Amino acid sequence: MSLAHRIIPCLDTDGDRVVKGVNFVGMRDAGDPVVLAARYNAEGADELVVLDIAASRDRRPTFLETIRRVAAELAIPLTAGGGIRTLEDGRVVVRAGADKITVNTAAVERPELISELSREFGAQAVVLAIDAKRDGDHWDVMVRGGRESASRDAIAWSRKGVASGAGEILLTSVDRDGTQSGFDVELTAAISNAVSVPVIASGGARLPQHFVEIFTKGAADAALAASIFHDSIQPIRALKEFLAAQGVDVRLPC
Amino acid sequence: MKVTIVDYGAGNVPSVERALQRLGADSLRTNSIACISNAEALLLPGVGHIAALVRALDEQKLRAPLVDAIHRGVPFLGICLGLQVLYECSEEALQLSGLHLLPGRVSALPSNVKLPHMGWNQVAEKRESRLLRGIHKDAYFYFAHSYAARDANEAAVATCSHGTEFAAVIEQQNIFAVQFHPEKSGAPGARVLQNFLRLAA
Repeated sequence: MSLAHRIIPCLDTDGDRVVKGVNFVGMRDAGDPVVLAARYNAEGADELVVLDIAASRDRRPTFLETIRRVAAELAIPLTAGGGIRTLEDGRVVVRAGADKITVNTAAVERPELISELSREFGAQAVVLAIDAKRDGDHWDVMVRGGRESASRDAIAWSRKGVASGAGEILLTSVDRDGTQSGFDVELTAAISNAVSVPVIASGGARLPQHFVEIFTKGAADAALAASIFHDSIQPIRALKEFLAAQGVDVRLPC
Repeated sequence: MKVTIVDYGAGNVPSVERALQRLGADSLRTNSIACISNAEALLLPGVGHIAALVRALDEQKLRAPLVDAIHRGVPFLGICLGLQVLYECSEEALQLSGLHLLPGRVSALPSNVKLPHMGWNQVAEKRESRLLRGIHKDAYFYFAHSYAARDANEAAVATCSHGTEFAAVIEQQNIFAVQFHPEKSGAPGARVLQNFLRLAA
């Protein structure tokens, strides 16, 4: 009996469609979020993340409607984020049906946002998303969809985020994202060992072996991927059966 | 039968409501004293900080009608904080008083494991559980909490372990409670809610 390692599909949405980029650019359409959410719920996904990558003010009502429609399909937890800049933005997303909120650029600019959200919803509802990129001997925090450096050390920022009230870290390797060359094991292990909260590894997944590595060597508590699930390159059920056979604790539907 | 969901403003009320709807159950979300006093079955969801729950119950004057209804034998299901608030108090907010329906206190999970205890875990049945009836012993449930009822207690019919053993399922007469989120726990979670609906009918 122990906590299962989680497999989390991510829906990057723009308006009411799911898109997924390679290295954060070159977006292409990957489908209807509601259809994908229902499929993942049935296939044994442990949670679902929905990120509004456009995060433009005029498309906000469309995103909230997407959260509502997706939440209605799920009997598993839902995390939503993208463009959450204020406590009120967080409230609206929770009211729409999200169990957890992710914050990224706005938290780097104003770390109090993390404590404000944590006080209102509890640490278990606040996910600090960190986009990290290798820079010499350390990892740099990237903001604005991975395009700009925040000139901040990723390990130090993860510690500060947790001290401010984040209950989980969603760690994306900007170097690996979209490459399908495997998760960044070194980065994930460094952050996971530096903080007391669960870490979700993201960026670079393709093969089942990549998931084994990130859970064993990378000390990840959960692993997130998008296109390999959307395109059915890696069915979730088969992935979990592979992980179980490799001795990784996962939740298999009984 | 209608399930009265005590809606004091908790984040997970809509998902609890949806989970009941999927089971075809009739439910009402309310913070009305009269509705709680006249309830046929009560459900108290809760997520976040226990102080928010206790303060909301007191500010909205829901504590007495809730405790009275439970004492009268109205079937009650507490979820997450709705379990923790049944005790005398919680280390998360020692200055606030719980509902005193169960003896002992809620305490922090040990810091040698990752907190919050977040994700899917299994439970060990200590004695026959009515809420877990028909659910495979290896089933997983979704947890998201940093505090738990660690005191050994006769009311705990199933326990979970994360750094230490704690109460996962409480059953004592008409009082039922789960530390996990059945509304987020897939098919086994739905079965827990269905079992409660049957017990309450």
